[in-house]
Amino acid sequence: MSAPQKLPRWAELGLLPLINLAAALLLSGLVVKILGESPWAAFKLLASGAFGTQEGIGYTLYYATNFIFTGLGVAVAYHAGLFNIGCEGQAYIGGLGSGLIALWLGDRAPFFVVLPIAIVAGAAFGAAWALIPAWLQARRGSHIVITTIMFNFIAASLMTYLLVNVLIKPGQQSPESREFGPQAMLPAAHELFAKIGITFSPSPLNLAFAIALLASALVWVLVWRTRWGYALRVVGQNPSAAVYAGISPSRIIIQAMLLSGALAGGLGLNELLGSQHRILIDFPGGAGFVGIAVALMGRNHPIGILVSAVLFGALAQGGAQLAFDMPKINRDMVVVIQGLVILFCGALENVFRAPLALLFRAKGEK
Amino acid sequence: MDKHLSTPTPSSASPSVPALELRAIDKRFGSVHANRTVSFAVAPGSIHGLIGENGAGKSTLMNIVYGFHRADSGEIRVNGRSVEITSPQEAIAAGIGMVHQHFMLVENFTVLENVVLGVEGGALLAGGLARARTELERLARDYALDVPLDAVVSELPVGLQQRVEILKALYRGAQILILDEPTAVLTPQEADALFRMLRRLRDEGKSVVLVTHKLREIMAITDRVTVMRQGAIVAEVATATTSPRELAEKMVGRAVLLRVDKSLAQPGATLLAVRDLDVRDRLGVARVKGVSFDLRAGEIVGLAGVSGNGQSELLEALAGIRFPTRGSITLQNHDLIRERLDPRQRRALGLAHVPEDRLRMGVVANFSAEDNAILGYHDRATYNPGALLDRAAIRAACEGKMAAHDVRPPMPSLRISAFSGGNQQKLVLAREIDVDPRVLLIGQPTRGVDIGAIEFIHKKLVALRDAGKALLIVSVELDEILGLADRILVMNAGEIVGELLRADATEEKIGLMMAGIDSRAGFSPPTESGLKSALPQT
Repeated sequence: MSAPQKLPRWAELGLLPLINLAAALLLSGLVVKILGESPWAAFKLLASGAFGTQEGIGYTLYYATNFIFTGLGVAVAYHAGLFNIGCEGQAYIGGLGSGLIALWLGDRAPFFVVLPIAIVAGAAFGAAWALIPAWLQARRGSHIVITTIMFNFIAASLMTYLLVNVLIKPGQQSPESREFGPQAMLPAAHELFAKIGITFSPSPLNLAFAIALLASALVWVLVWRTRWGYALRVVGQNPSAAVYAGISPSRIIIQAMLLSGALAGGLGLNELLGSQHRILIDFPGGAGFVGIAVALMGRNHPIGILVSAVLFGALAQGGAQLAFDMPKINRDMVVVIQGLVILFCGALENVFRAPLALLFRAKGEK
Repeated sequence: MDKHLSTPTPSSASPSVPALELRAIDKRFGSVHANRTVSFAVAPGSIHGLIGENGAGKSTLMNIVYGFHRADSGEIRVNGRSVEITSPQEAIAAGIGMVHQHFMLVENFTVLENVVLGVEGGALLAGGLARARTELERLARDYALDVPLDAVVSELPVGLQQRVEILKALYRGAQILILDEPTAVLTPQEADALFRMLRRLRDEGKSVVLVTHKLREIMAITDRVTVMRQGAIVAEVATATTSPRELAEKMVGRAVLLRVDKSLAQPGATLLAVRDLDVRDRLGVARVKGVSFDLRAGEIVGLAGVSGNGQSELLEALAGIRFPTRGSITLQNHDLIRERLDPRQRRALGLAHVPEDRLRMGVVANFSAEDNAILGYHDRATYNPGALLDRAAIRAACEGKMAAHDVRPPMPSLRISAFSGGNQQKLVLAREIDVDPRVLLIGQPTRGVDIGAIEFIHKKLVALRDAGKALLIVSVELDEILGLADRILVMNAGEIVGELLRADATEEKIGLMMAGIDSRAGFSPPTESGLKSALPQT
């Protein structure tokens, strides 16, 4: 029948994504082969680039931090039944909020004051950017997919305007702000490790990773262990039942989108305060869109999101290594591999479900 | 042929080859033995009932016949010929048609387009549509199956949509028609029209298999009836030689109480007062007009009416899901309308609600039983000692409800959709009465619920009444209203057109009121309730 096949939980959450990933890598290998390189060598380069050195691991987790923030953002909206395509724009504007605080307070307040204010400002700006699409969806029924996509473009234009005309460092060509003051820079992982006597190769990995982990834990508690999370999931699963239960779907939709935007806004901590130390053009770099794939592959669960964020971080880092070491493979090829992973883990996730379900049924019947 | 005599055994016709014969069909789903060597035969030109509780294996068996499932072993024979059916296409080719409980129609296509869907007969539509039109007009004539061919399906009432499904099957050449719970979505009038249609089909030599759990339908229309229980056939008899009680006992496997046992009501103080209530739908059409009534402690009030005459809207307005445009609802000295209290606030005042459509509103299908057991009460202090939900308390509460209401299996972590309709309903009911409400609104208390559970639910409702609660029951099953209610309100076109004490009520009196013929006020013509409610009143 056409009903979705039921799989055991471990297969649903573990085996199926692994099979999908393997299929994506297999197809990628074929492309590599066609390009005239050895797939196995390419795969080894990719893996060792991502996980082979401390520096590689640092970069992988640094990229993953961005994807955790945006992945969580997508997931929270998803639990309210909303497809938030706008994490890219929300991260962009959210980063502006953190960046402005960093510019303002970075050289006049201590770090422990700057950090919380920057976090709150990033969350508030990201949430604000989600508010209008949320309000339009909740009160006017304008589809959130459309409005959030459009808000990505508005965010991009707004940021370009601000960076070119307002925030640009005087006497400079490239549209970037001046550097943040030292109190607005998140400590890098290797610096933190050095303090407790562990040497770790320098990389952009920074305190924002820990903040992302904390955010994941908070999202889990909020969604699965609080009455608000319960209401959120009821609205996402069955809005009629929500109304019946006295839960206001429009209120939950707005709240969920605010939280979604706030989480996406966390990206600025990692990218700006943690690594670039200034506001610059297009700093989210597509992480908002990768976040959709991360949430999808991670089944909108914080643990799944962590795992898939690390995977996509590894693809980004290992891919850069691959492009560097294999002349026939350029960065675009890495994007192709990412695309294949998204295709198999997201769009085609049901391709292997049916045969797998048959297999389990056959086993069950014996 | 003896078809027209409508005797239960047309097999006296010379070649007594069954139209459809199943031989030793066996099917397992994992550890569930859904069909245990089931054999039965449907005579040509007969209506054969297949009856059993939810989960007895009826649907599985019919899905095997229609090619949705494959039997592990056994044989299907059509007109004495063994056939291999692995897909619905092969079933159709063998002359088998099926009308599902949930229609498989493209809502924004016309009737004609729906019927030719998949058998267009060529790349261009025009020729096929023209041929189909002629053929459908012939079918409509032959079987009294009138449907406006150019109407868009979504605008047709449910009864006509079902007719489209039947036409679809006939257009594909079905000689054997399987109907799965066909009356579940129909008003009594629509059901009667369906039965007339089925008799006509039988008289024209078609065979009909009617899958249902409603005894009344079996008795009313079938020639023979097969009873299934736990995957096996437990009886096959000529309908004329059996009784509802006997069938019910065979279905459930023990003696059942078809009539509700209750003493005379002792109504007390008024708990809920409704005055001049007007409700409009989203399009501004008046659905409830100037309704006033009281609910008193210790009585069950039944709200009867043809489906679509405002009962659902009234119930939702009382529960706080819709906001009335006028009127007042008074509960515990609060005017629920003026204070704009939402369902949660109304629950806090002791107003519980079991919704009419359980799956659409009463439960969240993907949630576990325990999570469903707190829906609407999820923010109560019992489950929220601090900022976080107390999962242990939620589980314990669910276990308690399951034990008290005999919900099976008693597994709080199991997804609610894995429970049978009856057990889902028992859990919903448990959720709503566990908080000890003053007033209970109950829509379709036993819709999609098997007989064993119906008996249990009815007993519970009477017990609640005897405990001094006020109950309002909305049901499309007139039998249920007559069985449970102490006082009966009848709705027609959004108004309450009559009120009867149970002792004065007869099916006929209520039926006349339901049709809008009030003995006091004379005939009141149906108002602008639109095509949907106007058409089925044939």
